[in-house]
Amino acid sequence: MPTLTIHKAGPGLTVQDLGRPGWKAQGLSTGGAADPLALLESAAVLGVKPSDAVIEMMGFGGTFSMDEDMRIALTGAVMQADIDGEAVAHNTTHVLPAGAKLIIRAASKGVYGYLRFAGGIATAPIMGSRATHLTAGIGKRLEAGDTLPLGSDPDPSGAPQKLPKTDRFAGGTIRIMPGPQTDFFRKEAQRAFCAAQFRRGQSGNRQGIKLEHKGNIFGTSSGLTHVSDLIVPGDIQITGAGVSYILLAECQTIGGYPRIGNVIPADLPKIAQAPPGTPLQFQFLTLAEADATATAQTDQLHALTKSCQPLIRDPHDIADLLGYQLISGATPGDDLERP
Amino acid sequence: MTALDQTPELLPLGIDGVLVRFATTLTEDANAHALGFRDLVQDMALVGVTEVASSLVSVRVGFDPAQTDRATVMGALRSLLEQHQTKDEGPRRLWRIPAAFGTDFAPQLGEVAGMAGLTPQQAITEIEATQVRVIAIGFAPGQPYLGMLPDHWNIPRQTELTKKLPRGALITAVRQLIIWAADAPTGWRHIGQTAFRVYRPETTQPFAFEPGDAVQFQAVSDTDFRAIKVNTDTNGGATCEVLR
Repeated sequence: MPTLTIHKAGPGLTVQDLGRPGWKAQGLSTGGAADPLALLESAAVLGVKPSDAVIEMMGFGGTFSMDEDMRIALTGAVMQADIDGEAVAHNTTHVLPAGAKLIIRAASKGVYGYLRFAGGIATAPIMGSRATHLTAGIGKRLEAGDTLPLGSDPDPSGAPQKLPKTDRFAGGTIRIMPGPQTDFFRKEAQRAFCAAQFRRGQSGNRQGIKLEHKGNIFGTSSGLTHVSDLIVPGDIQITGAGVSYILLAECQTIGGYPRIGNVIPADLPKIAQAPPGTPLQFQFLTLAEADATATAQTDQLHALTKSCQPLIRDPHDIADLLGYQLISGATPGDDLERP
Repeated sequence: MTALDQTPELLPLGIDGVLVRFATTLTEDANAHALGFRDLVQDMALVGVTEVASSLVSVRVGFDPAQTDRATVMGALRSLLEQHQTKDEGPRRLWRIPAAFGTDFAPQLGEVAGMAGLTPQQAITEIEATQVRVIAIGFAPGQPYLGMLPDHWNIPRQTELTKKLPRGALITAVRQLIIWAADAPTGWRHIGQTAFRVYRPETTQPFAFEPGDAVQFQAVSDTDFRAIKVNTDTNGGATCEVLR
């Protein structure tokens, strides 16, 4: 079985996949990648199953090597990377040769970077998933010296592919839908929330991020006390002090703070990928408008696969150009006449 | 089961979910409706429904928008709500869980008993005599909110947080008990200790409780409790009886 060795690890490296649904009633949130779109992107470009597990890297990367040749792809946050000094492009397939060092540096855009190996990470699933869920005590942060078992690359000679760049790292207008507690907030408070210029705050992790803004406090009608109720990723909780938090993949399942609305899944990666200080604004959709944005993961993957392009490398980027056989099919001219 | 004093509301909770809310404040009646309705929806196995979760007063029905849609799910839930009104089949399972209430294991029992107007021994007797239900699971995976104790147990949370509690601690506030599973501070008071693990991710059945389960605590001496604790095969000496 191919083995991945981690030589250096940033502080936020975990194994993730598309999560562990079905346990909300028992108090366990689905979890999984903070930016699931990045998992679909890397699955599309490598032509592998999106449910295979990857390494999620929060803010900082690490140094990795394999004992067997393996295709890889880096998606999500843009992180400068190289394999033995040769640059690794974002959203693009590369071969990581056995013994070569893959160095991934800090994110220059976005927060969560993803390293996918074509063979997938083959740790033992827990409750049907390999996703690390730190708050639930499933799995652990990866550290220097760790090794992970992988599957073999199903198509080691697969033609290199790339995906066109998508930018979801700059915040902007985020669409939200009404939730069960939206009406706990007066109409003026809802309008003020949508007019406010927020920034992603300093604190944030896989459970959620804090928003910062100047001015209004968006409280609920005075004197209302609420019983704790079910919460889901994307919910925007507003504390008694008027501070807003947006919940992410690893949130708890029940919460007590009132929630003004829910970020639709299509826009939630923009929240997860917004570094501290990123400007964010919110716009309410009607329920019907929100429901119309629902896209099945299989359809998303299909669309991404269709937008993959064969990689044509610029000769200037190839360090060992003379090592390649650049002309093929040239013959002495008498092949057909030879016995 | 009595009819609710408010009509259940059907509300969106996420692009792939409908929340059926039986009340906006916690009552035993609303909780019983939520638990019963979760069972009902689960048993119906509606097309495209992926997950049914209950909390204190509500049920979230998750669906796959590729297989069904909100209007269909809400229609099905409305007709189920009509069937549900008169249904009360009680708990499906009864757990009996040993707990120690001696000085080493119940640092705040005296304080809580005083607030409830009881002696510590009376408090233990009342806990043993009350069959509580798992009214919700949450905060930490598998962690049960157990209720409801008699009215005089309506004790507020303490303002100072207790920084760390041992796993399995029995804690109380607002007529409820919790078997503590989290590594987090709490404002609930520590009145006993179990050796029961509500969540065992390494096993094939990681979660002990289902919402609606009944739980009865059985007081054991500190000495007996220490013996139970070292025998890790029995999950704290607990037994589970299937009632229906």
